[in-house]
Amino acid sequence: MGSFFHRHPGLAPYLLLAPGLAWLALFFLVPLAFLGYQSLQSGIFPNFAFTWEFSNFTEAVSDYRTQLGRSFLYAGISTVIALLLAYPLVYWIAVRAGPWRNLFLLFIVAPFFVTYLIRTLAWLNILADEGPVVGLLRSVHVLGETEGLLFTTLAVVAGITYNFFPFMALPLYVSLEQIDGRLLEAAKDLYASPTQAFLRVTLPLSAPGIVAGTLLTFIPAAGDFINAELLGTPKQQMIGNVIQAKFLESLDYPTAASLSFILMAAILVALLVYAKLVGTEKLTG
Amino acid sequence: MTVWRFVKRHALTVYALLVVGYLMLPIAVVILFSFNDPAGRFNYVWQGFTLDNWADWDGVLGLREALVTSIQVGLFATLVATVLGVLMAMAIVRHGFRGRASTNVLVFLPMSTPEIVLGASLLTLFLNMTSVFSLGFWTIFIAHVMFIISFIVVTVKARLIGFDRHLEEAAMDLGANEWTTFRKITLPLLAPAILAAALLGFALSIDDFVITYFAAGGEQTFPVFVWGIARVSVPPQVNVVASAIFLVAIGLALANVLWQYGSAKRERGIA
Repeated sequence: MGSFFHRHPGLAPYLLLAPGLAWLALFFLVPLAFLGYQSLQSGIFPNFAFTWEFSNFTEAVSDYRTQLGRSFLYAGISTVIALLLAYPLVYWIAVRAGPWRNLFLLFIVAPFFVTYLIRTLAWLNILADEGPVVGLLRSVHVLGETEGLLFTTLAVVAGITYNFFPFMALPLYVSLEQIDGRLLEAAKDLYASPTQAFLRVTLPLSAPGIVAGTLLTFIPAAGDFINAELLGTPKQQMIGNVIQAKFLESLDYPTAASLSFILMAAILVALLVYAKLVGTEKLTG
Repeated sequence: MTVWRFVKRHALTVYALLVVGYLMLPIAVVILFSFNDPAGRFNYVWQGFTLDNWADWDGVLGLREALVTSIQVGLFATLVATVLGVLMAMAIVRHGFRGRASTNVLVFLPMSTPEIVLGASLLTLFLNMTSVFSLGFWTIFIAHVMFIISFIVVTVKARLIGFDRHLEEAAMDLGANEWTTFRKITLPLLAPAILAAALLGFALSIDDFVITYFAAGGEQTFPVFVWGIARVSVPPQVNVVASAIFLVAIGLALANVLWQYGSAKRERGIA
C-alpha cells in the first residue's frame, strides 16, 4: 500500500476522499436533483408526470405566503431573543467564570442531551394552564382568569428560542473567549469607561460570533415545524408544517418539493441581505 | 435596599444565572415528571411521586423496540460516518489537490441546509427508486450517515490542523512505513478527537427526528415513537427513557470535563 502511494502520490487524497464524497454526492446532491425533478411535475398521487410545471412554484408562493412569512418572522424574533439571552451569559462565562468555564459550557449544551421532541414537550408542562407560570401571571393579572399561554404564538416562539439557543451561545463563546485581555487593559489605560471599552473593543471583536450564531440559529428555526405542531395551533403553522403535511399526509409531492426549494431560496435571500448589512468579510470569517 | 445594591453590583452574574436556570428548567421538568403518578392519560400536571415508571420503563407497547432501533442505527451510522469522515479530514488537511475548495463546500452544505429539506429530498430519491430502496432501517441508516459525516469531518479537521507532524517524521526516519506510522503514531494521537467526533455523531443520530421521520417509512426510532404518541398522550415512561439518556450523556460529558481539568493540572505540575 505504501509503495503504491509512493508511485502515485497524487492519487492518495482522492482515494481518501472517494467513499465520503460518494456518500455525500449520492445521498445529498442526487436527492436534491430528484427534489428539483419532483417540483416540476404535475398530476395526483401516484400518477405524476414531468411537465416543467413552473406554476407549482408560483401557486405555492401565493397559497402559502402567510406560512412563509410567519416562518421568517418567528425565526427572526427567536434569533434576536436568543442573542439577547446568550450574549450576557456567555460574556459572563468567558470573563468571570474562571475555572468553572467548562462546567457552565456544559449547562449550555445540556438541553441537547434531552431528545428534541421531549424538551419541547416539557414546555407543555411548564406553560400548562394548571402550571406555575400561568398561575403566577393570572394572580398578578397579566393574564385573565381564562387566558393561557399554551397554543399561542408566544409558546411557539419560546419553544423555538429554547431549542436553538445552544447554536447561538457556542459560537458567541468561541469569539468572546479569544479576545485578548490586554486590549481591554489598553482601553482602560487610555481612560475608556467600561461601557466604552465594551462598545469599542469587545463588541466589534465578538462580531464573527454574533454572525455565526445568528446564522446557525436562524436557518434551522426557519425550517422548523415541531414547535408549531406541539406548542401551537393551525394559526401558528410555519412553512415546515406545510411541507411535512404535503409530503407525508396529503401526498402532494410536487407542491411539497417546490415549497422546499422556496424555503431554501428564501433563506439564501435572507442570508444575502444579512451579508449586505453586516459586511461580507464578517460572514466568511 | 441592600438587596437592590447587591443586585446592581452583580447584575451580570444574576442575569447569567437566571439564563442558566431557564436552560435547566425544561430538563428538570422532564426528570421530575418521570416520577409523576398521573391520574388520567395526561402527564401534564403533577399528581404524586412514584418509582413505578422507572421500574416499568418498557411497559408501553413499542417503546423498547423503538429505543433498540435508535441505538442500532446510532452505532452503525456513527461507525461508518466516522471512518468516512476521518479519511476525508485527512485528505483535506494533509493534501493539496484540485477540488479542495469545492470539497469543503460540499462538506459544509448539509450542515447549513434545513433538516426538513434534507429529509424531503432523501424521501423523493427513495420514492423514485423504490426498486433499490425500501423505506425502513437501512434508509434511516443512509440518511444518518449522510448528515453525520460533515460534523465528523469538521471536528477531526480542527484537531488535524494543530497536529505535530514531527512525531510521524521521526517514526519514518526510524524505518517505519506509512501504514505502521499511521497505526502507531497518527491514530493514537488522533484517538481523542475521533472519539469526541464519534460521540457527537452518535448523539446527533439518536436525537434526530426530522430527517428520520421522512426516511423511516413504518420503522420507529425513539423520537419517531415519541412523535406518534405525543398526538395521543405521552406516558411517563417516555420521560424515564429521556431522563436516562440525558443522565448517561451528561455523565460522559462531566467525566470529560473533569478529565481535561485533571490533565491540565498535571501538565502544570510537570511544568
